[in-house]
Amino acid sequence: MALLQIDSVTHYFGGLCAVSDFNLELQPSELVGIIGPNGAGKTTIFNLITGVYKATRGSIMLENRELVGLPPNRITQLGIARTFQNIRLFKDLTVLDNVRIAYFNWLGYTPWEALFHIGRYGAQEKKYSDQALDLLEFFKLDGFADELAKNLPYGSQRRLEIARALATGPKLLLLDEPAAGMNPREINQLMEFIQWIRHEFNLTIVLIEHQMRLVMGICERLKVLDFGATIAEGLPEAVRNDPHVLEAYLGEGGEG
Amino acid sequence: MSESTTSPSKFKNTLERLRSFWEPIAASRKALPILLAVGFVLSIIIPITDIINEYVQLILIYVGINVILTLSLNLINGYMGEFSVGHAGFMAVGAYVSSILTTMVLPSDWGQWAFPVVVLAGGVGAALVGLVVAIPSFKTRGDYLAIVTLAFLMIVKSVFENIDAVGGPRGIPGVPKLTTMPWTYFWMVLAILVIRNFVYSNFGRGVLSIREDEIASDLMSVNTRQIKLLAFTLSSFFAGIAGALFAHVLQFISPRVFDIIKSTDILIMVYLGGIGSITGSLIGATIYTVLLEVLRPLGMWRMVLMPLVLVLLMIFRPRGIMGMREMRWFIPNLDLFAIKNWRKGKEAKNGAPAD
Repeated sequence: MALLQIDSVTHYFGGLCAVSDFNLELQPSELVGIIGPNGAGKTTIFNLITGVYKATRGSIMLENRELVGLPPNRITQLGIARTFQNIRLFKDLTVLDNVRIAYFNWLGYTPWEALFHIGRYGAQEKKYSDQALDLLEFFKLDGFADELAKNLPYGSQRRLEIARALATGPKLLLLDEPAAGMNPREINQLMEFIQWIRHEFNLTIVLIEHQMRLVMGICERLKVLDFGATIAEGLPEAVRNDPHVLEAYLGEGGEG
Repeated sequence: MSESTTSPSKFKNTLERLRSFWEPIAASRKALPILLAVGFVLSIIIPITDIINEYVQLILIYVGINVILTLSLNLINGYMGEFSVGHAGFMAVGAYVSSILTTMVLPSDWGQWAFPVVVLAGGVGAALVGLVVAIPSFKTRGDYLAIVTLAFLMIVKSVFENIDAVGGPRGIPGVPKLTTMPWTYFWMVLAILVIRNFVYSNFGRGVLSIREDEIASDLMSVNTRQIKLLAFTLSSFFAGIAGALFAHVLQFISPRVFDIIKSTDILIMVYLGGIGSITGSLIGATIYTVLLEVLRPLGMWRMVLMPLVLVLLMIFRPRGIMGMREMRWFIPNLDLFAIKNWRKGKEAKNGAPAD
């Protein structure tokens, strides 16, 4: 059974067609890349899947459950987490709080218990803190736990964003340009890192990327978008040599 | 005395000594409970023995009421990062509900004993109204939500102005003076504890995440609608409590008492003390209330001086005196020692130091 099934999703911004007739079927534990020039509608697809925008037409099913029309927090609860192109951490909160907020999913106490710190509050709070710190340790961020998120170096902020996404307990992780602003050495590390979390957390991953090095290196399957339309899909090797892709994405006479 | 002011090193020494005296107290986990207990005893002893004159007692009651108001507004403006200018409206609802109960519904000799319930009713009334105001906040943010709260304030005011049963524009005279020092103190401590508890829970962290980035917060599974409902209800509840206490110390309420100026006062206390801080709310409310009284001899000039203080503050400390910082006293053990406890737990499990 497919984990995620996107059927002819179309989205308009006013009169402008941002995504037209997009299809995607994801099997569990796949790693798929979506590439395309700037403004091709890649991030819009992530926003449609996660409920930030409501698709004008089409259906998005997670394990046979319709997602179109659900609010973002419900969709996250059902098992889809994401990161952002421009890092969107809670900058003025501590690293620990950034992760603990993502446990809202599993909140094990009622507002009354929170107001008076009674009942399950104590045990649950301790559990969240310990789990969050375990997760941070996993990402080698536990040393910064009481630091404000905005004070972390750029690379650590990227890692924290992924840690925060994983705290929601996703089955499907959407990475929006994880390699933005990284040099070749860092990209190699990132490739290992993505493979590692994929196995460690048993994830299916979709990533949007500009860096061909990363995309060709780890993606098992690619989708190429241009002006909202899918112009090619398939194995990285095949996509690399597709004339449409060469023309639209890499430019005429370009090489991959 | 003159020596210490002339030589800066001596002045520094005194500061240093003060600090070394203060730091252990600030770090102590027992200081706050002790202080709260002492305060409670004082709040009972002072009115009985009249060791402080009645005018000063009255100011202390206003300080308590203003602390509740400041905390309540800080939850919305400081922690959640919205901008409400309608808090005088919630206060008005609390004041009217409680005053109607004590002057029209309940027999007058019940006043003393029914007062806690009356104040609670004021708070619940305001909370119900707050629930309604929370709904536009689902879709509206920032400046636009500020306009919504302003409109809400005008609606509340004109509703009370047009109901003859509650005196219309003349208001309700002869509200019994039931607000006492111990009761003010009790509600103030309750407000401090409950709002602190809320802020240091995952619901409170949800409130903070809305301030930081609402879309990211939604995508990290935070139910932002539920959080906004909770925050507005809790905030308006305590504004209503403060309104009820205020009515029963002023002994006269009219719609004019709860106009935009009243909201502005609360805003000033929040931004003076510091946004997103319980310590700041206490400091802001105390300084503003006391300073206004101390400067009373200046007459009209204090209304020039106070805004000037505010302008300078915004230039030099835009987040207020304690903006986004908290004294250790107000941080629960679980939160303060979360990292320490985790390390200890791990060491115990591994049988060896983690580092």
